[in-house]
Amino acid sequence: MDLHFGDSKPTDEERAAVDALLGPPGTAWEGADDRSDTDLRWARGGRAARERRDELLPGLHALNDRVGWVSEGGLDYLCRRLMVPPAEAYGVATFYSMFSVRPRPATVVRVCTDLVCGASLCGEVEARLDPASGVAVEASPCLGLCERAPAALVVRAGVPAAHFSPTPPLPENPLAQGPGVTANRLDGSSSNAGRAETLSPGRGLSARPAFEDELGEAGDQRPPRPPRQSGFSGRGGVGEKTYVTATLAPAAPETLTQAALAPETAPAEPPAALSVTQAGQEGLLLLNRIGKVDPTSLDDYRAHGGYAALRTAFAIGPAEVIREVTDAGLLGRGGAAFPTGRKWQATASQPDHPHYLVCNADESEPGTFKDRVIMEGDPYSLIESMTIAGYATGAHLGYLYLRGEYPRALERLTHAIAEARARGLLGDDVLGQGYAFDIEIRRGAGAYICGEETALFNSIEGYRGEPRSKPPFPVEKGLFGKPTAENNVETLVNVLPILTMGAQAYAAIGTEKSTGPKLFCVSGSVERPGIYELPFGATLGELLALAGIPDNLRAVLLGGAAGGFVRPDELDIPLTFEGTRDAGTTLGSGVVLALDDTVPLPRILLRIAEFFRDESCGQCVPCRVGTVRQEEALHRIVERTGADAAGDIALLREVGRTMRDASICGLGQTAWNAVESAIDRLGAYK
Amino acid sequence: MTAVPLGIPRRLVEFTLDGQNARVPEGSTILDACRAAGKDVPTLCEGDTLTPKNACRVCVVEVEGARTLAPACSRRAEPGMTVLTDTERTRHSRKVVLELLASSVDLSTTPKVAGWLKEYEAKPDRFGPDAARLNEEPRVDNDLYVRDYDKCILCYKCVDACGDQWQNTFAISVVGRGFDARIAVEHDGPLTDSACVYCGNCIEVCPTGALSFKSEFDMRAAGTWDEERQTETTTVCAYCGVGCNLTLHVQDNDIVKVTSPHDNPVTHGNLCIKGRFGYQHVQNRD
Repeated sequence: MDLHFGDSKPTDEERAAVDALLGPPGTAWEGADDRSDTDLRWARGGRAARERRDELLPGLHALNDRVGWVSEGGLDYLCRRLMVPPAEAYGVATFYSMFSVRPRPATVVRVCTDLVCGASLCGEVEARLDPASGVAVEASPCLGLCERAPAALVVRAGVPAAHFSPTPPLPENPLAQGPGVTANRLDGSSSNAGRAETLSPGRGLSARPAFEDELGEAGDQRPPRPPRQSGFSGRGGVGEKTYVTATLAPAAPETLTQAALAPETAPAEPPAALSVTQAGQEGLLLLNRIGKVDPTSLDDYRAHGGYAALRTAFAIGPAEVIREVTDAGLLGRGGAAFPTGRKWQATASQPDHPHYLVCNADESEPGTFKDRVIMEGDPYSLIESMTIAGYATGAHLGYLYLRGEYPRALERLTHAIAEARARGLLGDDVLGQGYAFDIEIRRGAGAYICGEETALFNSIEGYRGEPRSKPPFPVEKGLFGKPTAENNVETLVNVLPILTMGAQAYAAIGTEKSTGPKLFCVSGSVERPGIYELPFGATLGELLALAGIPDNLRAVLLGGAAGGFVRPDELDIPLTFEGTRDAGTTLGSGVVLALDDTVPLPRILLRIAEFFRDESCGQCVPCRVGTVRQEEALHRIVERTGADAAGDIALLREVGRTMRDASICGLGQTAWNAVESAIDRLGAYK
Repeated sequence: MTAVPLGIPRRLVEFTLDGQNARVPEGSTILDACRAAGKDVPTLCEGDTLTPKNACRVCVVEVEGARTLAPACSRRAEPGMTVLTDTERTRHSRKVVLELLASSVDLSTTPKVAGWLKEYEAKPDRFGPDAARLNEEPRVDNDLYVRDYDKCILCYKCVDACGDQWQNTFAISVVGRGFDARIAVEHDGPLTDSACVYCGNCIEVCPTGALSFKSEFDMRAAGTWDEERQTETTTVCAYCGVGCNLTLHVQDNDIVKVTSPHDNPVTHGNLCIKGRFGYQHVQNRD
């Protein structure tokens, strides 16, 4: 491969950002400015460098976090370091909505404009901000903060805080350092929001420096620290700003404008437990620790029953773990409801090695926030679950693919992984059992499609997050072409009660076909929006009664944008996979979005269509063009009903049927569900 | 006639194709089986020298037991599977996919599409006059070839031909997302600033004419392009000793473009800049 890198040069900042991730370049072949004598005698790079292709996405994050956008020079330098063709890297950079390849201000305010949040905030903030303020306002798809809508995320690019800078790699052997550390957290300001960093353990399993001292007190109960002066970083010049994120939910125009100008002064996010109305209630299996446990303390987690399930797993062995999970009847909670035991068995029995475990934490379905609440409120439970899943499937490395819009979850998980590693709960010898397992966090960068399992693999590997066609299935050829078990966060944490209470007791919960507890994300027109845990089989009405049902309920969207609407007279639908299927709808990822009769239905449908048009990867024709045609037809009939709308509704049906039948992946296949159900069940446009 | 590599013997897979028993070598796709059985399944993104990306979804067929339709070009035949290639369901999907494509891009230079539009009774106009489409000016930034995005269906064939499947130059990529996705070189700049080595193998595989020789583009613009009057002569490239086959397309005693036979076991239709574009000296008559 004779790559052509062009003449554009990185700025010092961009070079520092990339070098902080990859270590300084060893030779001119991979981007060093000066050619040494040895460089003239042989070529470096090649295969060794190209095998680092999966560091492209972290590299793009490093550039984007540092300067706010990905410039030509910065991208070319990253490509040189990783031996990635610039055309391909440009294709990857332009795929994700959180990256920009055009200059933009260092501060970007991402305002959620999705179903629950609505669109009004965007304009109000823009109007308040001085055009010279150096702040860009961007509309964002669902930020996963639906229980505290309206939501916004402020990201200010800058140098990573000094005390989180990575240890400088050894100059004589930069590659041995491993993928290193992307430090993109802010200093310890009074805000919990946005304390975030990525700590990659690297491909090896060597322990990395523990960061507890810095992070140990970062809990919800943590007393506010005085804001630190910016510009203390060793690398940045005096007065240079540090990287900061601030999550505002609920966001008001005044507070958001202030946070946009000075994100380090943004008010602290409320604790994750506030999103769980049932917090502290007896009998919860998945949410039992949230609100009781300090999410930053491994000891507290253990004091609350943590790591009992992993001990059980080691006691019974991998085959028995899989049998327990199979006997428990655990079905995947990400939306597809595939039997987890079967997936694990199929992965474990593959002769090809290594096996990988992937945790899909790219929760991007509008209306979903349950995984975020678990990760923020009880992060160690996910680490423990992943360790068990890795043990059962024979994997020694687990990737946790976390959506880019969750800075607090990133911070909590990074800390939890570092602490677990320091205590021998991750690493070469987990719990002294001779089993090696480690977890690497990968940050998504704003692409709903990356929640599709094969698109997620492509994203981790440093390619565009386009889905692959199946077969072959991931259990056979998944991440890096190796057998891979991929599970979503909620599915994984269900493994803990299965192992602690036994498969039989677990299977006794719920119904015969849908066993165990289920998390529901209730939002919209209810009194107490939040995440609810109920045994499978409770009805929609029972769930809504818990959350406070409005008198003027117009419709409920089940399963998010890819799900379907049901009417207020259908509240006796049992919330099980089979019950919703029999009722002609879907449980999806557990979204329950209540709409009262003040919400304009055509606007919601338009937003759903716009969402899918925006989030389609563009790979296949039915989805790429079909989602556009769907949105156009909905625009045409937005104010029309009856006979006036009939022609366009017929057109929508034909295009929808083709999207469902002929699209490559679930995004295109489900893009018409909600609109169809609104027409058929709610009588929209009648 | 070129040599045909035989390869190792393969087992036969038996399955049911439109109610008939079909036997194909292991690893064959449903499309291979259809072609062997003389069935016409329309395809756009499939190419004889490349691994299909199955992005166009024109060739979808019904596989019994599957929730969705399967792309015939990529789905391998499995023993015992039951495949239906011409049902109401497959015809419906093909019709709408053709409509979606024809309403968003210019398929006027795509072979066979006019016939399929007729066969499947596709009416691309029914999405209305305001239906989004590209409407981009062709990019002419060099003397060798032209990129006409208005005709691009994003089949990924040029990306694969430029990338790891043939040329290993990696100058072309898909950029952006969704309806805004485009084929581009790095930083979406002009070809002359890119890694492009002008082998023209992307033109060779382009199914729609979105990539074309500047000579063909200019003649089409002038209205002088006439394939009826063209003759094709396959010869050997005179530049080096590899001996690549060239097919000279000649109109009115002028070479108007150069292709290469896809069944050649050495080149598989690929050439370098000299073989593809270096023909002016042949017709320099001074």
